Amino acid sequence: MRCPSCGLVQFEGPRCKQCGAETPASPPERSLPPVNLYDQQATNRRKTGIVIALFLLLVLLLGVGFDRLILVGAPSFWPAGPGASRGVAFPVATVIALGVGSLSAWLGYRHGDRFVLASCRAVPLAPTDLQGRQLDNVVEEMSIASGLPKPKVYVVQDSDPNAFATGRDPVHASIAVTQGLLAIMNRDELQGVIAHEISHIRNYDTRVMTVTASLLGAVLLLHDWSARTGPWRDRDSHDGRGHGAGQLLVFILWVVLIALAPLLGQLIAMSVSRNREYLADASGAELTRNPMGLAGALRKLQAATAPTHSVSRGTAPLCICDPLGRAVDERRGLWADLLATHPPMSERIRILEAMAYAGS
Amino acid sequence: MAFWTIVGIALLILVWVIVTYNGLIGLRNQVQNAWQQIDVQLKRRHDLIPNLVNAVKGAMQFERDTLERVIAARGRAASARGPQEAAVAEGELSGALARLFALMENYPDLKSSQNVLQLQEELTSTENRIGFARQFYNDLVARYNIKQQVFPTNLMAAGLGFAPATYFHIEEAEKAAPRVDLSLN
Repeated sequence: MRCPSCGLVQFEGPRCKQCGAETPASPPERSLPPVNLYDQQATNRRKTGIVIALFLLLVLLLGVGFDRLILVGAPSFWPAGPGASRGVAFPVATVIALGVGSLSAWLGYRHGDRFVLASCRAVPLAPTDLQGRQLDNVVEEMSIASGLPKPKVYVVQDSDPNAFATGRDPVHASIAVTQGLLAIMNRDELQGVIAHEISHIRNYDTRVMTVTASLLGAVLLLHDWSARTGPWRDRDSHDGRGHGAGQLLVFILWVVLIALAPLLGQLIAMSVSRNREYLADASGAELTRNPMGLAGALRKLQAATAPTHSVSRGTAPLCICDPLGRAVDERRGLWADLLATHPPMSERIRILEAMAYAGS
Repeated sequence: MAFWTIVGIALLILVWVIVTYNGLIGLRNQVQNAWQQIDVQLKRRHDLIPNLVNAVKGAMQFERDTLERVIAARGRAASARGPQEAAVAEGELSGALARLFALMENYPDLKSSQNVLQLQEELTSTENRIGFARQFYNDLVARYNIKQQVFPTNLMAAGLGFAPATYFHIEEAEKAAPRVDLSLN
């Protein structure tokens, strides 16, 4: 524990030993699941597959629903379909949705890092000034410590401090930090942040998260598209065509699904992102052998509550702290746990400081 | 029947020997690579030091002693061979450099020179890189040595020409650590 008034790190007690200030009661210990690096890498490879499968399923359902409910019986512009005479047109929307879905899954896997970097207008670091040299050096140091090739370094022109890593494997990895981060961190803290990001790369977190981020973007796109072309906008298209009770049920389900698609995508994205923050903190501290560096950085990030504007909703799970500046981040409980992309900052700082104590 | 059993066992042993041998070879190469990484960083340090000394020489005329000690330690470190010898010489060099950095704090002129700041950043980074490369190297050496020493690999490691690798220990320069109260109560 760290004394709130004098900053002395010490065992917990009702009072600080140095200045006598009351130390706040610490939150109850939370046991973390035992994880090791190789388990984590295997889990991440599997999770990438699950995310892509779920996404394709979602897209397939959206497409089939569109075919069954919107295009059924419509004057078929697909002349040669075998079912055209019965009013069952070629499943246009299904095929399109599946095609678009597979394409975006593949693109997300191959080039997701570029989308993510482009979406926040990250520019490659030109290490000319002292600050730039320092960032470049710190990344080099951390890649040496982890034994990985040095990732590409990018800078985002945003005054809010944040950082993220992306790329499908360590060879194709990039790290991006904001101008704001460079401005407020000292060398040790910057090192802690970079070590955290390098750990994400080493654990293959970036693969899951980059694929998830780009697929989430695609889901949002599909959602907008179907919401605009759906029957609730264009009533004429199905007026006067009687729906059976069964078809009505399917229709309702489909509407609900479309309405919930972004939320579902978000939930998938969050569930893959939170636990790994703890692990990246821990293995980052193992790289620098200095947990207080990252703890100090997290403290500064916690203080800077302004949202990072240049980072989009899909990229949120990649960042070191929640770029949306959501208040929910600091609460605990089921609801907060479900919606937050990141574990509570105070919890992460507490664990790191406990580590610093145990290590010294 | 007995014949085939013997053949089967012999094949299993052969496969085990091959797998173990290849595993050890892989680790040995990794250890060598890691050592080269340290070497690269040590060389970088040796190259940077004369630049720094030249940059601060004018302002620090009264610290000739310290500067000469840095140069001398650099010379010894640059000509050292093998992990053990290098470790001693590099440890001395680290100490001399730490003294120089501490003394530089007394010269505000140096703090405002962009060139000196840049050199100081590069040297700080190099010190860190050496530290991290050493950390990585030592972790690998530990894995390599343990693999040779566990049963049953220890039966054949020496016979196949594998020897334990040497750790690279540098005497740690004093690090600024957070104040920690260690009294237990």
